[in-house]
Amino acid sequence: MTVLSEEIRDRIRAEFPKYPNKRAVTLPALHIVHDTLRAVSREAIVEIADLLELHPAEVHDTMTFYNFFKTEENPQGKNRVWFCRSISCMLRGGEELLENICQKYNVTPGHTTEDGAVTVEFAECLGACEGAPCILVDDVCHMDMTTESTSKLIDEL
Amino acid sequence: MAEFEPVLFARINKPDSASLATYKADGGYSRLEEFLKLDPADITAQVKNAGLRGRGGAGFPTGLKWTFLPKDHKGPIYLAVNADESEPGTFNNRYLMEKDPHQLIEGIILACRAIRCNMAYIYLRYEYGDSYRILEEAIQECRDAGILGDNICGSGFALDIVVHRGAAAYICGEETGLIESLEGKRAWPRIKPPFPAIEGLFRKPTIVNNVETLCCVTHILYRGVDWFRSIGVQPDPNNPRDPGSLGPKLYCISGHVNKPGCVELPLGVTARELIDNHAGGVWKGRRAKAVVPGGISMGFLSADELDIPLDFAGPGSAGCLGLGTAAVVVVDDQTSMVDVLYNCCRFMAHESCGQCTPCREGTQWMTRILERIRDGRGRLEDLDLLLEVAGSMGIIPGTTICGLSDGAAWPVKNAINKFRSEFEEYIKKQSPSVTSAQKLMMAAH
Ligand SMILES: Cc1cc2nc3c(=O)[nH]c(=O)nc-3n(C[C@H](O)[C@H](O)[C@H](O)COP(=O)(O)O)c2cc1C
Ligand code: SF4
Ligand code: FES
Repeated sequence: MTVLSEEIRDRIRAEFPKYPNKRAVTLPALHIVHDTLRAVSREAIVEIADLLELHPAEVHDTMTFYNFFKTEENPQGKNRVWFCRSISCMLRGGEELLENICQKYNVTPGHTTEDGAVTVEFAECLGACEGAPCILVDDVCHMDMTTESTSKLIDEL
Repeated sequence: MAEFEPVLFARINKPDSASLATYKADGGYSRLEEFLKLDPADITAQVKNAGLRGRGGAGFPTGLKWTFLPKDHKGPIYLAVNADESEPGTFNNRYLMEKDPHQLIEGIILACRAIRCNMAYIYLRYEYGDSYRILEEAIQECRDAGILGDNICGSGFALDIVVHRGAAAYICGEETGLIESLEGKRAWPRIKPPFPAIEGLFRKPTIVNNVETLCCVTHILYRGVDWFRSIGVQPDPNNPRDPGSLGPKLYCISGHVNKPGCVELPLGVTARELIDNHAGGVWKGRRAKAVVPGGISMGFLSADELDIPLDFAGPGSAGCLGLGTAAVVVVDDQTSMVDVLYNCCRFMAHESCGQCTPCREGTQWMTRILERIRDGRGRLEDLDLLLEVAGSMGIIPGTTICGLSDGAAWPVKNAINKFRSEFEEYIKKQSPSVTSAQKLMMAAH
């Protein structure tokens, strides 16, 4: 039994021609796997390494550097919501926004709500400081957020 | 002075500004064929003579950097476009990529022609999902129209562009961290030399340039060297080594202002002009206490330093690290500098890649000391201890591999030197003043 479907493998292989070697496909491959499976399991690491002709330790080393990829012990929920806590958002209420949402949904940053719907994360400057405080839902930014507008967004996910 | 006409931002408010059709209708790509017939050295010379300095933070002269590539190199040469834009306060590259991607692509094509590169990588921070989709579409439009590919506009010049998404790590913006990350490794900056121009991506000669820098290249070619040199702050005639601060610049303004945003102006405006004339003033009728001149790495200007020109030389003359990304963050007079500095230190501790001991340990120490101060257990000696730690880390004291560490030290130096009495009063109170929301941030960094 393999964890990476043939479809995922094809998507990873489609990245090969873009780079002079397969190792450069590490991040693209991790993204493809993470997007689909919401975690990169140990078995997935082995299979990615096999595709890229690397040692699993090399893939694991790169993956863990980024703190972005969830593991099988703590997989991502259905959606991931990132709360910016850097300077401009902090100055305009980002910390309080995150606290309110954590209380309301009974979750702590880095973890997922009990129903598995939403993973809440800290983010550093999202590059949208003109709309502080801002959040990222998966990879889409929402600006000028309040507790109400954020709750509404989360409830609609 | 005549009203300044935006160039980089000329198109961003037009409908459908990201499409190839509207870009062409506005004259985009109209002279690409002609420019591709130029001798590559000619393009480099124009960029050099224009006096364009890198917009990514270091202000290094762009044309000069291109000349560092080995002459007559046989193997591949790469361009890595730095679209990692993660310096807190900075969002100008995002506007350029989302609103006018073809302006960037044309700049990339011209730069690649100049440096004889046939493969460019855009290293894009993961968080810019919209930029990713817009760039992918724009690149595909160009491939379909023969503007990218094996024989661009019939010139015989071949180029393709690949967008490579990061994974939420600030250090990937440092040029050699970027290269390592693109190669599929942890983003550990490399010891220099060798500089990327000699040995960079995939061990080949590589130029790393910022998105805004490359957009400027497009306009230098279309409007000419003299046009570019007519904007901004001229070189000091008495200092042959001063390249000046020429051309337009995108200034970001955020924090405690009424109208945060990004605005294109000639290099050399002051923070006061930006706040009062372009950001609707400080919010709630308050005054500015401190202003970040170019991303938090650059440190702080105090309220009486707001008339310093924000050009490549100005912030340094006020004890800041430099102009950085020209991202201005305004802190109002009701905000504690202890909280602001804590936020900067926490960011750097979180983002240090951990390779160099002074940076890995120093950023953690500074964060811990500020935590203790915020917890009401600070000691007056802590302020000198903070300065001592800050003074020992970075490229400038020569103890680290990359500039993240200098950028971690500078906010500390500036905050304590310029706002010392506020820190002393805070410590003397000996009472914790952290809110529950602030505590949550301290739980993990
Ligand atoms: C910690 C650190 C982070 C950086 N982040 C960025 C960034 O996000 N974008 C960028 O263009 N340059 C960044 N730089 C500067 C790059 O190393 C490099 O100087 C720049 O991309 C060169 O392009 P330019 O000459 O066109 O400015 C960073 C530097 C350091 C030390
Ligand atoms: S200075 Fe800091 S971020 Fe830069 S290489 Fe050293 S440890 Fe990493
Ligand atoms: S500080 Fe939050 S987006 Fe920049």
